[in-house]
Amino acid sequence: MAERLSNREGIKGMANPTRYGIERVAYWLQRLTGLGLLAYLIGHIYETSTIVNGKIAWDKMLEFTQTPQGHIFLTLVIGMCVFHTVNGVRVMLGHGGIGVGKPGQPEYPYKAASLNYKQRLCIWVSIALAALAMMYGASVLFGD
Amino acid sequence: MAVVAVPKPSEESKTKITGQPNTITLRISRSNPSEGQEAAFSEFQIPVQKWTTVLEAILYVKQNFDHSVAVRYSCRQASCGSCGMKINGKPALACYTKISELNSNVVTVEPMNNFPIIRDLAVDFKQLISNHKKMKPFIIREDSEVTPESKEFIQTPQDLEKYLQFSYCIKCGLCNSACPTMATDTSFIGPQGLAQAYRYVADNRDKGKDERLKIVDDSHGIWRCHFAGSCSQVCPKGVDPAMAIQLLRGYLLGFRK
Amino acid sequence: MRESIIMKIHYGTALGAVALVAVHILMRMSQKFSDSLQYQNVIANYHFLPYALMLEVLLILLSVHGFNGLRVILLELKQGSTYEKMINYGSLAAMAILIAYGSRTILMAGMGVS
Repeated sequence: MAERLSNREGIKGMANPTRYGIERVAYWLQRLTGLGLLAYLIGHIYETSTIVNGKIAWDKMLEFTQTPQGHIFLTLVIGMCVFHTVNGVRVMLGHGGIGVGKPGQPEYPYKAASLNYKQRLCIWVSIALAALAMMYGASVLFGD
Repeated sequence: MAVVAVPKPSEESKTKITGQPNTITLRISRSNPSEGQEAAFSEFQIPVQKWTTVLEAILYVKQNFDHSVAVRYSCRQASCGSCGMKINGKPALACYTKISELNSNVVTVEPMNNFPIIRDLAVDFKQLISNHKKMKPFIIREDSEVTPESKEFIQTPQDLEKYLQFSYCIKCGLCNSACPTMATDTSFIGPQGLAQAYRYVADNRDKGKDERLKIVDDSHGIWRCHFAGSCSQVCPKGVDPAMAIQLLRGYLLGFRK
Repeated sequence: MRESIIMKIHYGTALGAVALVAVHILMRMSQKFSDSLQYQNVIANYHFLPYALMLEVLLILLSVHGFNGLRVILLELKQGSTYEKMINYGSLAAMAILIAYGSRTILMAGMGVS
């Protein structure tokens, strides 16, 4: 009831990346990849913990993870990791006020200086590097 | 005639509006939460010219079909910040949005998100104004330029340029409506308030930097901005709140002194 | 703790983790990937003290960064002092549990308990 009265967009609005340009897509991807990587970290720590149970347990775990599906998942993790890192560096520098433009007299049609081509380029570079890393990762994983 | 109906999907199809008088369907979200009335759309057929604004279309409805439509407006020239609303899914000023530039024969207007609805398109600005006030939107310093023995505070054009664009904020609330954090975080200061904090911090006459930084350095303060830039995308005055927030955060991160 | 200090830690752990994850991945690439996962090779990694120490540091950096990130998302989703306290302490506990569990592996495998 309170939510309806306050007219908040809620999670649906927060997670909708379609309306406000590539910067909003990057925000959404950063969150999604962050959550994905945290899930992977927990899984990875569990996975590696089997080594303390000896060779048989370790090999059993490898049998479970070193499958085509496991390799596809790992390829996705590589992509998430590269995007989260490169875009994270962009956001971190932006948070320090670096690369967000300089204040000045706004001129019609009032294009925001902080949403400049450098920011957009960095986002596309993050996506491209993630794609390249995924291709390389897949070639290593499936090439074995 | 007002018809309350859900539009058929085919009506949403985009067609280019020519310079000739044309007719569009204006869908206005009608609700009155205090009376428990859920949102429903009223549809009106409106004749438009290429220069007709969304606000003019709404006022046409009020004059000709249904004068009970609640809308807040005043200056009709993007100066007062009263007529912010969601137009075809994105926050914009109704007086500053021409129907012809929407490239659609169906125009849907809804109240801005992240603000409580008063009625129909009118929303409550209490939180925005209270967060704005929390930022101490005035020059803080011990001395004054109005006492007889004092001199005026000199500012160079360069000093002025550091904050001028942020002082153009008309408090229309579009930035808060577009912000992804505001969508879920009811305690977040919001891009409007944070940008105004920077406006005064960047003013070389002001001595309240530390005070303001302490206010924004909160669990629902400046750190809840993730530089998604949606606020700057929708700002109708070129204030660029996203830039102001990042520059303000630069002080907290030690990038700026 | 002030939010600015927490977020500085968030950025710091991110930068540290980037460097150490790169080393961690390069170690896998120093030989054929499937060979690098063989039991003897992995145990040898844990027995090599500098690498085991690096894994420990990496574990701490990623746990702190990951769970603080989750804390930020959860704080933005819902508000209220009890909920926020729960999230703050909950993420601290989750960090501690993950670090303890990962450290147990590093310690036991490194000391040749298996």
